[in-house]
Amino acid sequence: MEVVSLNQISPDQVILWSWGFMSLNVTILYTWLVMGILVIGSWLITRNLSSGMNVSRWQHFLEVIISTIRGEISEMTKKGADHYVPLVGTLFLFICTSNVLVIVPGFVAPTSSITTTAALAACVFIAVPFYGISRVGILNYVKEYFQPTFIFFPFHVMGELSRTLALTVRLFGNIMSHEKVIGILLAVTPFLFPVVMQILGLLIGVIQAYIFAILSMVYIASALSAEDDVHEELKKEGSPA
Amino acid sequence: MDSVSLVAMASIIGAGLAMGIGSIGPGLGMGQAIAQALAAIAQQPDERNSLTRTLFVGLAMIESIAIYCFVISMILIFANPFWVHVIK
Repeated sequence: MEVVSLNQISPDQVILWSWGFMSLNVTILYTWLVMGILVIGSWLITRNLSSGMNVSRWQHFLEVIISTIRGEISEMTKKGADHYVPLVGTLFLFICTSNVLVIVPGFVAPTSSITTTAALAACVFIAVPFYGISRVGILNYVKEYFQPTFIFFPFHVMGELSRTLALTVRLFGNIMSHEKVIGILLAVTPFLFPVVMQILGLLIGVIQAYIFAILSMVYIASALSAEDDVHEELKKEGSPA
Repeated sequence: MDSVSLVAMASIIGAGLAMGIGSIGPGLGMGQAIAQALAAIAQQPDERNSLTRTLFVGLAMIESIAIYCFVISMILIFANPFWVHVIK
């Protein structure tokens, strides 16, 4: 069964149900499905947490995931990871789940629609100044835009916009291209070769989720770099006295 | 030749050219990056974690150029804006 046919570029075009001005397309349906799996699964597992010798195997599973994410983030920021785990970890888990569930027949990854990836990139776009301002203050954050001189202000702004576009298009292009490649291969050489490409698609999906999370962490960490300068200035001012 | 087939021909050839020429540069660049990263890991195996992470981030940056070309060719084939003017 093929939900999105080959000549449709995005699952947004497949409308399942519409009433008035509201319409339910495949992207929304599967986004809510992935969200439901993540939320209900985590709720079921974390309902009765235990510490001690008798730890359930699902709790081990979640602890391994969370501690890996925390380790990666704290290696990158060289400081505490607790502020960033909710955002970056959620991004990773959502993208990874929706990319891996592609092996279920009839499932269309919501990340193969540019609207989903644009929304995720917009979250990162808003999170960067949010974390930056909350850590270094609004003045120091805005001052970063005028480094080294005020001429560089438009370039900083352009950089912010273009990297958001790059985040969007990278995830969308990778996932969508694999759907199209598998669709074309099914028409040309059925049975064996599409399966091999499907396995490669799983690997690429996980790598893309990792890259999206790591890149958003890099962008947030770059906004925090002003913090070190502030501390150095304070040290310089403090040292003569 | 009427304008419909002209637009169709131009978009198909353009899509192929965009994909073909556009993936030369990223291919060379990714090859260079991976070769250098492997040499660095061979020299300093202790730094493997941070090297791998930097490699992935860099590969994602390089790869996005090829992805732009791919998206352009997909737009030319599936969502060509010039069809609207021709089929009216």
